[in-house]
Amino acid sequence: MIVKPKIRISNFNFYYGEAKVIKGVSMDVHPKYVTSIIGPSGCGKSTLLRCLNRMNDLILSARPEGKIEIDGVDINDPALDVVGLRKRVGMVFQKPNPFPKSIFDNVAYGLRVNGVSDKIIIERKVEQSLKGSALWDEVKDRLKDNALNLSGGQQQRLCVARALAVEPEIILMDEPASALDPIATAKIEELIVELKKQYTIVIVTHNMQQAARISDQTAFLMQGELIEYGKTSDIFTKPKKKMTEDYITGRFG
Amino acid sequence: MKVEPRRIQEFLGFMVLRLCIGVVLFILAVIFFDIISKGIGVISWEFLTQPPKDGMTKGGIFPAIVGTFAVTVITALLAVPFGMGCAIYLNEYAADNLFTRFIRISIRNLSGVPSIVYGLFGVALFVEGCHFGTSILAAGCTLGLMTLPLTITASEEALKTVPRSFREGSLALGATKWQAIQTNVLPYAISGMLTGAILGLSRAAGETAPILFTGAAFFLPDIPNSVFSQFMALPYHLYIMSTQHHNIMLVRPIAYGTALVLIVLIFTMNLFAIILRFHLRRMKKD
Repeated sequence: MIVKPKIRISNFNFYYGEAKVIKGVSMDVHPKYVTSIIGPSGCGKSTLLRCLNRMNDLILSARPEGKIEIDGVDINDPALDVVGLRKRVGMVFQKPNPFPKSIFDNVAYGLRVNGVSDKIIIERKVEQSLKGSALWDEVKDRLKDNALNLSGGQQQRLCVARALAVEPEIILMDEPASALDPIATAKIEELIVELKKQYTIVIVTHNMQQAARISDQTAFLMQGELIEYGKTSDIFTKPKKKMTEDYITGRFG
Repeated sequence: MKVEPRRIQEFLGFMVLRLCIGVVLFILAVIFFDIISKGIGVISWEFLTQPPKDGMTKGGIFPAIVGTFAVTVITALLAVPFGMGCAIYLNEYAADNLFTRFIRISIRNLSGVPSIVYGLFGVALFVEGCHFGTSILAAGCTLGLMTLPLTITASEEALKTVPRSFREGSLALGATKWQAIQTNVLPYAISGMLTGAILGLSRAAGETAPILFTGAAFFLPDIPNSVFSQFMALPYHLYIMSTQHHNIMLVRPIAYGTALVLIVLIFTMNLFAIILRFHLRRMKKD
C-alpha cells in the first residue's frame, strides 16, 4: 500500500549565514509513524527538525533552500501563515520548558492564544490533554500548582500535554528524554508509542536504543547529509552503508 | 614553614579590594553625615509645607518639592512608555543589521551626553520649537529625553534575561510574536524594566542643568497651577541657596535642609524600586 507522505522534504538545504548545515536532504515522513532522526552531535538533526515548524525563523541569519511540504503545501512559501503552521506542527523541546504558571494555565496557554475563551471547553481540553500525556492522575488534585514544582519527567509530559491541547497533526520532539532519568525516559517512550495512534511524530534522539525501541522509520544524518533512511529494523540490523553501521555499532560518534 | 607565594598574592589581592570598598564607603558616610547633621536642624513641618519667606531667608521649600514631583511625573510619562517600547522593538523585533547596530550605539552614546547639552537642546526643541515656554512640560520633556537612553538600555537588559525557551515555547503552540511577548516575556521582564525606569527617574529628579533654562524659577510664592507654569525644583533651589543668594552664610542651613530632602526623596524612589522588584519577583514564583 502506498501512503501519501505527511511530510515531504525534497533536496533541502539550510544555511546559518555562510555555513551550510543541511545538505540536500530528501525524505518522506509517513503519517502516524514515529520517525527518528539520529546522528552525531552537530550533524544538523535538531536544525532539520526545527525547519519543520519554522522555529529557525527566530535565528536571524538562517536561510532555507529547497522544499518542505506538509500535506502537499510548501511550508516555506512566503504567503504561508507561520502561526497556523505551528499550531498544526507541535513541538516538545530538549529541555522541559514549562512556563512559570500553574499546571492548568500551561496546558490552557495554547488554547487561549488561539482564541478559545469558553471556560468549559478549556477545562475539558486541559483534562483530555493531561490524560493524553499520562499526567492527569499525578496532577489532577493540584492543577493550580506552579508547573515548576513538577519533576523533570512530569514537566516534559506537561510540555507534551501543552502541545496536544492545540490538536496538532504532527509532533516534533527534540531529544525529549535527554534531560531525564531512566524511569522518566521509559514513561516518555511509552507515551510516544501511544501517541502514534493519532499523531505523526518526528523525534530527534541521541540514544540509539531509544530510536530502535520506539520508531518505525529511522534517518541517519551526518554532517548535514542524509546518509541512510529506511525502516528502523533495517537500519539497525542490515544497514546498507558502512558509515551507518559504524555509527550504530558505536565505532564513532 | 614556608608560605607559598600564591597565598601571599591572595591575601594582598583581597586587602586591595577591601581597601577600595572601604574608601568608597567612607566617602559616602562622610557626605551623609555632613548633610544629615547640618540639615536635620531646619527640617520641620513648616519647612516642608511653607513657601520661602523674607527674601528666601526663612520659610520652607514646599513649592520646590511640588515642582520636582510634577516634573518627575512628566519625565516618567515620556521616558517610561517610550523607553519600554523602544526596548521591546530593539530586542524582540528588530533585525540585527548595520542600521540597528548604529541605533544601539547611538543610544549608548546618548546616555553619555552632558546634561547641560540636553538643557540647551530642550530650550531649542520644547521651549521655542514646541512653544511650551519655560514650563514644567518643557523641563519634564527635556529630562525625559535625557532619561530615555537609560530606560531603553535597562529595559533591554531586562528582556534579555527572559530565556529564549519561553518565547519558543509559546511560538511553538501557535502564538503570534506579540502574544508570546505579551504573555510570556513581558510578565517576567517587567520588574527589571520598572526598576531600571525608577532608577533613571531618581537620577533625573536630582538634575539641575536640564531644567535650568527650560522652566525652573528662582522663586515663586505659589505652587504651579498647570503644566505650562514655571516651577521651583529642589536641585535648582539648592544651587541658588548655595551660590546665588545675597546672603549665603545666612541661608546655609536651608541649603542643607534642601539637600537632605532631595536625598531622602531619591532614596525613597530607589527603595520603592527595590520593593517593587522584590514584590514582582515573588509574584513570579507563585
